[in-house]
Amino acid sequence: MAHGGRGHAVGSGDRSHTEITPGTPGVMLDALAGFVHELRAAGLPVSMTENLDAMRAVQEVPWEDRDAMRAALATTLVKHHRHRRAFDVAFDVYFGLRAPDAAPDTGAEVGGGPAAAGGGGDPLSDAELAELLLAALRAMDRDALRDLAARAVTRYAGMEPGRPVGGTYYLYRTLRHLDLDALAAALTARLAEGAQAGADDLESRFAREEAADRIAQLRRLVEAEIRRRLVADRGVAAMARTLRAPLPEDVDFMHATREEMQALQRAIEPLTRALAARLAQRRRRRHRGHLDFRATVRHSLSYGGVPAEPKFRRPRPHRPEIMVVADVSGSVASFARFTLQLVYAMAGQFSKVRSWVFIDGIDEVTRFFTEADDLADAVHRVNTEADVVWVDGHSDYGHAFEVFAERHLGEVTPRTSLIVLGDARNNYHASKAEVLGALRRKARRLYWLNPEPRGYWDTGDSIISEYLPHCDGVYECRNLRQLERFVTAVVEA
Amino acid sequence: MADRFASVADVQARLRAVDYLADAEIASVVYLADRLEKPVLVEGPAGVGKTELAKAIAAATGSRLIRLQCYEGLDEAKALYEWNYKKQLLRIQADREHETDWATVEADIFSEPFLLTRPLLEAIRAEDPVVLLIDEVDRVEIETEALLLEVLSDFQVSIPELGTIRGRQRPVVLLTSNNTRELSEALKRRCLYLHIDYPDLEREKEIVRVRVPEIDAALAEQVARVVRSIRQLDLKKAPSISETIDWARTLLYLGHVAIDDELVADTLHVLLKYQSDIAKAKKELTGGRGSTLPPSRG
Repeated sequence: MAHGGRGHAVGSGDRSHTEITPGTPGVMLDALAGFVHELRAAGLPVSMTENLDAMRAVQEVPWEDRDAMRAALATTLVKHHRHRRAFDVAFDVYFGLRAPDAAPDTGAEVGGGPAAAGGGGDPLSDAELAELLLAALRAMDRDALRDLAARAVTRYAGMEPGRPVGGTYYLYRTLRHLDLDALAAALTARLAEGAQAGADDLESRFAREEAADRIAQLRRLVEAEIRRRLVADRGVAAMARTLRAPLPEDVDFMHATREEMQALQRAIEPLTRALAARLAQRRRRRHRGHLDFRATVRHSLSYGGVPAEPKFRRPRPHRPEIMVVADVSGSVASFARFTLQLVYAMAGQFSKVRSWVFIDGIDEVTRFFTEADDLADAVHRVNTEADVVWVDGHSDYGHAFEVFAERHLGEVTPRTSLIVLGDARNNYHASKAEVLGALRRKARRLYWLNPEPRGYWDTGDSIISEYLPHCDGVYECRNLRQLERFVTAVVEA
Repeated sequence: MADRFASVADVQARLRAVDYLADAEIASVVYLADRLEKPVLVEGPAGVGKTELAKAIAAATGSRLIRLQCYEGLDEAKALYEWNYKKQLLRIQADREHETDWATVEADIFSEPFLLTRPLLEAIRAEDPVVLLIDEVDRVEIETEALLLEVLSDFQVSIPELGTIRGRQRPVVLLTSNNTRELSEALKRRCLYLHIDYPDLEREKEIVRVRVPEIDAALAEQVARVVRSIRQLDLKKAPSISETIDWARTLLYLGHVAIDDELVADTLHVLLKYQSDIAKAKKELTGGRGSTLPPSRG
């Protein structure tokens, strides 16, 4: 649908752009330099070559065509799909303002923020605005929608220049007045009535999904509008700094928002696959085993007894056995979940993986993972079915370790790597650190992963330093990047 | 500077003419790849038309498609060139009777007729326009990746016995990856990057109509909607574009003009390949009805 329009824009810009831009490169290059700086600050690895490529690329597309610009910059600067979101946010801030397709009249509104904010100048009533929105959504008229989104922001957001409030505050105010849920319901009804009478489940499902999709587009338009005005007010660089969000691999497990959690969930699957493949490959190639004397001599007979070609034994890869013991109390539950998921996604790398979860009671959950064919299912069952509460449902590491050792000490062997997951916040229970020491003496290695920042260790009821002497390593593990690094180290140990 | 395409719109139109519907982003990247003479690394879920894109570019520009299928263990001999060892042996044996001196023999057996060109060398030496497709590049080892890097950055190759062979033209180069492992940063730096995702509703509908011309617009729309619905579920393997097309063909073949709950439930196996996925989709889409309960409507 948008293709036709874009096609024209590009077609007309066609060759002439190289000639009409002698004035623009300076401006362009400045903007680009700032933009690349922002991407780097957001954590994207942009190299010198890529920067140069981007400069060449933007000269090949008409610079007033924002979609083409976006594509040109994305393809040269973003080489990981999971970084695309961060790129898009920065792009909107840096180049969104210069968009030719923004309604021309909105230029005035930006400056006239406070005066227009009361909504006095707008002849429409709230109900009329809602009605217009519904009509535009139904016809999916993007221009009208963009215009209405701008009006809604003017009317409801109450933006004031220089006010140090984040964009989410204005977004919240605007959306609360627009009442998207009611709008979605009305739109669903309208869309469904367009279909034949006697529409079945499937039809109503379609209507619902279509409505949700369009409402999401409206929401993005409102967001973009607010962002655009904020940029006009505060300047590009400051705005980009406020909007900068951590990349999925840097999101802190313990403080992730719901959306960040979803992004994490999406990122972890390809990441584990890539990690498993890389480790398998590296292990296979690492060394070729010891010299096989018999085979070498036998082979030498065909060269008249000259050992021309040494023969080697096939390496017997050492596959560690993993036992994971995870605290799943509220604060660290999501960390445990991700780690378990990662460990099981790589189960092929280990000869055996067993896992336990605890709060103040402890329960083995290996069966959930071996039975389920879906990791997400397994994690769900761990959350709902595992028996982890003994007395009051507050973490008690000491008791959990004691019970674990009582039941399983005999099964810990010199081939076992034990991994403990948790923040060591023991609610002032006895630490029973000596139990951990006993476990370590029988195991090959004992690691502890702590999802808290190192600075918080041993504050309050955290007693990590009591356990520390009994571990082969205690690692801070707050995000996917650190987790990945740890798993690599364990497999290669 | 290569000039295969005049503009982004031109890319779109010409790919369209060979039945490949490129969205604005795909078209822009293809255009830039041609202008900047850079290889493109294409990633995305299985079955979104990554390989198809290379074929379409070849068809649209009237080029020959040279394909290097990657696999674990692919080496120089299979990717670049190899001396035809058996033929060389035969030659030496044949020469024995003539008592030619060694220098002549050597010059003889290390010459063009004894060279087996593999896809990369073939692309470099090509006189006619070519599109080079390096498929599933994530399957090769790091060493082979380094070889690819070298070839892709200079588009020339040194054969000790023959000297350096330089490319006469810059072909369009596409590398596809299913992301089974992270490619090296060096390779990524040298490539433009394109992530192809499942198409949006409009584009998928168009694709169905282009690939299954006999289908009518209303059915194509319904097909695309059901597929969008299914992709939103949390499945092991979401339906690919080719599966969408297969499904549209199936419906057409069965003589259906409209889709209802029951039909979806009965033909889901064309779209989904895991039993657990089929069960889940059936439950979600048809509210658990479908074939289990007698249909309430005629």
